[in-house]
Amino acid sequence: MAFWDYANPTRFLRLVQVVLPWLAGLCVGLFAVGLYMSFFVAPEDYQQGDTVRIMYIHVPAAWLCMMCYSVMTISSLGTLVWKHPLADVSAKAAAPIGAAFTFMALVTGSLWGKPMWGTYWEWDARLTSVLVLFIMYLGLMTLWRTMDDPIKAGKAAAVLTLVGALNLPIIKFSVDWWNTLHQPASVFRFDGPTIHPDILWPLLVMAFAFTTLFFVLHLMAMRNEVLRRRVRSLRLRAASAAQPGPAAAAQPAE
Amino acid sequence: MDLGPHASFILASYGLCVLTVLVLFAWVFLDKAAQDKALSELAAQGVKRAQPKKERS
Amino acid sequence: MRNWALVLFQRDLQLSVRIGGSALVGVLFFLAVVTVIPFGIGPDLNLLSRIGPGLLWIGALLATLLGLDRLFQADRDDGTLDLILMAGRPLEVVVLIKCLAHWVGTGLPLVVAAPFLGILLNLDPVATAAVTATLFAGTPALTLIGAIGASLTVTLRRGGLLLAILVIPLAVPTLIFGVSATDAAVRDPVPFMTPFLILCALSLIAAVVGPIASAAALRFASD
Repeated sequence: MAFWDYANPTRFLRLVQVVLPWLAGLCVGLFAVGLYMSFFVAPEDYQQGDTVRIMYIHVPAAWLCMMCYSVMTISSLGTLVWKHPLADVSAKAAAPIGAAFTFMALVTGSLWGKPMWGTYWEWDARLTSVLVLFIMYLGLMTLWRTMDDPIKAGKAAAVLTLVGALNLPIIKFSVDWWNTLHQPASVFRFDGPTIHPDILWPLLVMAFAFTTLFFVLHLMAMRNEVLRRRVRSLRLRAASAAQPGPAAAAQPAE
Repeated sequence: MDLGPHASFILASYGLCVLTVLVLFAWVFLDKAAQDKALSELAAQGVKRAQPKKERS
Repeated sequence: MRNWALVLFQRDLQLSVRIGGSALVGVLFFLAVVTVIPFGIGPDLNLLSRIGPGLLWIGALLATLLGLDRLFQADRDDGTLDLILMAGRPLEVVVLIKCLAHWVGTGLPLVVAAPFLGILLNLDPVATAAVTATLFAGTPALTLIGAIGASLTVTLRRGGLLLAILVIPLAVPTLIFGVSATDAAVRDPVPFMTPFLILCALSLIAAVVGPIASAAALRFASD
């Protein structure tokens, strides 16, 4: 089974070495096409004018902040259930990237909202859930940072990620409920049942481009994390070799 | 290309996204450089990696 | 057979109300928060009675968060937690009992204090009753969700702030439905029971998810 073959970090690093250039090339190509389409091919909206072009980065960013959390959830299952050695590496590497994409979704949503709603921030259900998700990402990153031992930090973060994954639908549902109570009239909606193909195609290309961008960044961050752990275990070895005795025996074998 | 009356918002959102992606890439590359440096320093000190242990669960 | 559960409950409750316990501090903090709010937004009684239920809920949330870091930390510091782990009792049940005792010690006083603080905020009797009922149904959820954060941060020296950051996003649904149910009782955009029952459901979900996740986190923290 290929999945288990890459449990070995060295083999994983070799895989990254092979895959990364292709993925990066694909990502650059998709962005070239996607940006060209979203600026020059896609028509302006009859209602929103050119501001609809913000959608081509806002929607993919919002999609990615969900996808990134799903990747982290699967990785957390990998940590706790299957005890796959690369799973917590993957979860840790994904968190800052997810936070960055969530930040993008918030910023573009707010910059889109100013011309559309007249304010930078509207307590709109979608934006509010994304804001809560942003806080969860930052909390997870802080949890990773505060714990010294990567194995323990990985398990703690995995528990929190899974609880968050259970909670996210509830949060989404409750924020929707709260939002409809407080502002029944929806100010404007773009996700009608029909999206014109002229808009849909650039959006799909951009979404695909963002997804490959995520995987490029994720693989690179995972490689860094594997190297960081290697450095850590080498330092522990060096310290225990320099100071033999009971202290050396007490070092956790990593 | 004319982006209409709200060009500054469009450009600002694209610009901020590019900036965020650049920060991410800078983080990844600087981190890589730091780990590579640490690894080469350790190699220079003669610290060897442990032989892979088979019995680890 | 359930005797050890009762003993554990009594022990935790006694520890939380005795000197050095945090039961009364939570209520005092609740009072302080509610007192300080009119200084921030002005003494307009109409405004206060309109936003009063929300203020009481936020105050209760903050007061709950304040006491949570002691939920497992004191037991860890003196080694009781290791003994509990070694005793072989189902850890999920232990966590549930500890949460229950913690709630009786710190959450229930908040519920009892809410009507009196409601007077300060010019709440009418219906709103006071509604906010007390929703706090009664909802604060267990806050404690149980908070137990997850408490067990994740139990090994950290100053986990209290991090705990709040980790728990607040998870507590958003409880807050929303608690305040919605109170609003529904006062201004009835929807029937009171709809959000109230969802709030009860959230507490029950938290009673399942909280102990399981928290026990898992405690096990990982100890080995």
